This record gives sequence, structure tokens and C-alpha cells, in this order.
Amino acid sequence: MTAEITEITREEHIVYRKTPALTGNVMHYCPGCSHGVIHKLVAEVIEEAGIRDKTIGVSPVGCSVLAYNYIDIDWAEAAHGRAPAVATGISRLHPEKYVFTYQGDGDLASIGTAEVMHACNRGENIVIIFVNNAIYGMTGGQMAPTTLVGQVTSTTPRGRDVKLNGFPMKITELLAQLDGTTYVTRQAVHTPPAIRKAKNALRKAFENTKKDKGTSFVEIVGTCSSGWKMTPVEANRWMVENMFPKYPLGDIKDI
Amino acid sequence: MAKYRGAVIVDAERCKGCNLCVVACPAGVLTLAREVNGKGYHYSEMARPEECIGCANCGLVCPDAVITVYRMNTKQ
Ligand SMILES: Cc1ncc(C[n+]2csc(CCOP(=O)(O)OP(=O)(O)O)c2C)c(N)n1
Ligand code: SF4
Ligand code: SF4
Ligand code: SF4
Ligand SMILES: [Mg+2]
Repeated sequence: MTAEITEITREEHIVYRKTPALTGNVMHYCPGCSHGVIHKLVAEVIEEAGIRDKTIGVSPVGCSVLAYNYIDIDWAEAAHGRAPAVATGISRLHPEKYVFTYQGDGDLASIGTAEVMHACNRGENIVIIFVNNAIYGMTGGQMAPTTLVGQVTSTTPRGRDVKLNGFPMKITELLAQLDGTTYVTRQAVHTPPAIRKAKNALRKAFENTKKDKGTSFVEIVGTCSSGWKMTPVEANRWMVENMFPKYPLGDIKDI
Repeated sequence: MAKYRGAVIVDAERCKGCNLCVVACPAGVLTLAREVNGKGYHYSEMARPEECIGCANCGLVCPDAVITVYRMNTKQ
């Protein structure tokens, strides 16, 4: 290191570093996986709000099943798709806590459709974080309800065919129709401005819990470069070109 | 000329060589090293440290939170 760099890299000049709410365990995610960025944002929001000892997460089945190893708060792990039901129980027993679920698209929009619909319809005072990477990442890249028309996955090797597989499901728009949801938004984490916006959305969702406003639902469109068989940089580009037209970013409901 | 000088420290052993920080840097500071870390990843490093403005874009996009960003006001 040159003397100049030693001078710049002094403690008092730090403008960005890993938040202390991350445990420091090396994440098992593939290189470039959006789950890592999203974990970081959730941890930063919790740390900055000073609610680490008041927050309980519910992790899913999917690549993020081990989220409890990475964010240093209390956690429960739910059976596949059942995180909103588990979060309902925790939140009703501990109304003073900030309770959130963290779920993939296979977990939330496939096997867990009933649980998320009814938790949102009851307006449970929880935050639901929905990571939509249009695929089952964990199990080897099978088609998810959110997989795009024509998208190649291990179970749609010739591309998703609507005759055979139905249409991509915009579950976030469906949930916005329910009276129990107060804030429904779709975000992404592919660029610094998008990351800042996604963090603001997560912060707002947790603030809604404090105000007892009902269910806040934050979808984050993300990449699964392993499942999509691309580099992380190519995956971000593919997401912008193909995912965003079907899953446009922005607030869907805010009351 | 620059008012701010920046620098980054990458925890090379924890870097997964995803390249997201390299493309997010507006100043072309970062590159993936020719060498690999203990896990076999070409880790990110400053190839042109003198260009760094400390904007923290690289830190924001890093999924593994392995970048610490520093910024110093040089007009003090
Ligand atoms: C009851 C049950 N059915 C099926 C599975 C297999 N399984 C594990 S993860 C998963 C889907 C994961 O996809 P997603 O929720 O999108 O998470 P990602 O890995 O993409 O983040 C499935 C079907 C299981 N573990 N349990
Ligand atoms: S399989 Fe996909 S979702 Fe899972 S860690 Fe790898 S890139 Fe991320
Ligand atoms: S702080 Fe900004 S200029 Fe410096 S390496 Fe990171 S992205 Fe590049
Ligand atoms: S974004 Fe992080 S993990 Fe990826 S290459 Fe850069 S420092 Fe390494
Ligand atoms: Mg998925």
C-alpha cells in the first residue's frame, strides 16, 4: 500500500462498510446472487432503526433457508411456503415485535400461495419480503409460477409454453387487491440507485409495522445466475430486458 | 484537482469474483486480479487506485459485503 492510500484508509474516512447486523458468516450463495444484496439491505434497515432485539425473521425453504446464519436477530424457519402462517403466530403472540418473512418465488407463489393470500387478507401486521428470481434456485433451476413465457429452465427445456405451463403469475398485483395489505411495492437491487430505493421501501415496510398498519409486501426482482446459466453481470442485463417489462418496478399500493 | 480522494479495501479471501463491483465503478478503478484467493476466485482489487472518488457504488452492489469504502476531503 502506498503512503497515500494508507492515509485515505483511516477509520474516520469510512463511508461504507458491512453493517454489524450481519453476522460475518460467509454466505453460501453463488457469486453475484441477489439474495446477498437483499440480506445486506434488511440487516442495514434493522440496524439503523435500532430494532435488532425487537425483530423476528421467518426464513423459507429455498436458497435463503439459511438466512438465520447471516442476519444477527431472532429467527424461526418455516416449512415450505408456510412462513406467513408462522409469522402470523409470532406476531399475534408478540405484537410489540417487528416480524417479517423472507421468501422466494417458489416458496411464496407456488406451494405457499394459500398462506400468503390469507395472511395478507387478514392484514397481519407483518412485513413480507418476496425475492422473485423467476426460478427454483435451490433445487436446480426448475420453472416457478413467475418464470417468463419462453424462459428456459430445467423443467421447460424448450422454454415456458403457456399451453402447457400457464402464464407467469404477478402475485404482487394480486395481493395488492386485498384490503389487508397497506403497502405493496416492487423493487430491484441491480444498480446503486435501485439498491437505495429498495432499502427505502424496506425501511417504510418496517415503519408500517410500528404503526400497526397491516401487511407490507416488498417484492424484489432478483437474479439467479446459476439457474439462469449466465454470469452475474449478464443476469442483471437479462433481468432488465426481460423481467422488468413483465414485473415493472415501483409502488403498487401505499395507503 | 479532485476534491475527494477515495480508496477501497476488499476482503480478498471472502470475495467471490462476481465482477458486479467492477462494472458498477464509474471511474474504472477495480478489476479482477489475475491471482485467485483460497477458494479459487479471482478477487476484486484496485487496478487504478488514483482514480477512486470514494462514491461507494462498489460497496453497495457487493452481495458479500466484503468492500469497505473510504473517502477523504483533500481541500481541507
Ligand atoms: C414440501 C416440499 N416440497 C418441495 C421441496 C423442494 N424445494 C426446495 S426449495 C424449492 C423451491 C425454491 O425456490 P424459491 O422459493 O424460488 O427459492 P430460490 O431458491 O429461488 O431463492 C423446492 C420446490 C421441499 N423442500 N419441500
Ligand atoms: S442457485 Fe440461484 S438463488 Fe440460489 S444461491 Fe445460486 S444464484 Fe442465488
Ligand atoms: S468507491 Fe466508487 S470510484 Fe472508488 S472503487 Fe468503489 S465504485 Fe469505484
Ligand atoms: S462485488 Fe464483492 S464479491 Fe463480487 S467481485 Fe466485487 S468484491 Fe468480490
Ligand atoms: Mg426463486
